[in-house]
Amino acid sequence: MATTNFENMQVIYQHPESLLDKNTHYCPGCTHGVAHRLVAEVLDEMNLRDKTIGVASVGCSVFAYNYFDFDFVEAPHGRAPAMATGVKRVHPDKIVLTYQGDGDLISIGTGEITHAAARGENITVIFINNANYGMTGGQMAPTTLPGQKTTSSPKGRDVEQAGYPIRTSEMLATLDGAGYIVRRSLHDPKHIRQAKKAIRMAFETQVRGLGFSMVELLSTCPTNWHLSPVEATHWLEENMLPFYPLDDFKVHPALKNLNF
Amino acid sequence: MPLSGTIVVDENLCKACELCIVNCPVQVIALDMEHITPRGFHPATLVKEGCTGCGTCAVVCPEAAITVYREKRAEKERA
Repeated sequence: MATTNFENMQVIYQHPESLLDKNTHYCPGCTHGVAHRLVAEVLDEMNLRDKTIGVASVGCSVFAYNYFDFDFVEAPHGRAPAMATGVKRVHPDKIVLTYQGDGDLISIGTGEITHAAARGENITVIFINNANYGMTGGQMAPTTLPGQKTTSSPKGRDVEQAGYPIRTSEMLATLDGAGYIVRRSLHDPKHIRQAKKAIRMAFETQVRGLGFSMVELLSTCPTNWHLSPVEATHWLEENMLPFYPLDDFKVHPALKNLNF
Repeated sequence: MPLSGTIVVDENLCKACELCIVNCPVQVIALDMEHITPRGFHPATLVKEGCTGCGTCAVVCPEAAITVYREKRAEKERA
């Protein structure tokens, strides 16, 4: 191929400044990386990097503090919203976000997230839903689909025995303290762009002090689903989208006219 | 005449997940089977002419490994 002359070229897309130029521990094709990048891009666009404090959870996202180029603290398992509450109340002028997976947020941390939303804490939660416990080896999580095979449900999730999955966004949207609750997916370019807009909206909610904001992101887990990264995006589209519909479950009236 | 573009893949970050390859609208990206990265992957690379610099590969890249460049429009074209 001919060598490219970069002098006549403009940069369309590059590594965001809020994300360190580091190799992540995530498996190839894992959409955690996409979620990290979107958060970093939004903070860059809003020029909030210097005043942002992140709270990392336990799970695959446990090392999130190694990848973002702003201040981060690590919370005990499930307790990220409680810690974020403390950080935000002490530093009301800072932007506080938690980055949690489904095992952390809706299993061990159900109490924390529910009450943080009920209190209307002015924090932003990025919630990664990949339908299993990724870090520990793909066990059944509260978000595992009925009939889905995991290492702890080898014959598929039996709802008679293990109960039904929780639709977190729908549940939290019933609480009055919530300002912005939506679900998006990361399986193709169109949905990734929509997810970025939702993350922007969530931070706008916090900047305007409109209450608790959360973006649920449907994500792939190729390793534990035993699929290639490309097959995993198809599995998500065919199986997760019908069960977890993409919608705006709660949008504060003051946000409705915002457009990016 | 469509604008021409190009991509540069950071070989230290690419993990050969192939998401950029399947999502490229003009099918100009492939894994470089002749080359191996320090982390042991065959990195994604531009293999054909025809890149428009649309940025879709960078949107789906989980490692933020792709920098996308696009040719600047001429002044009269922009008007």
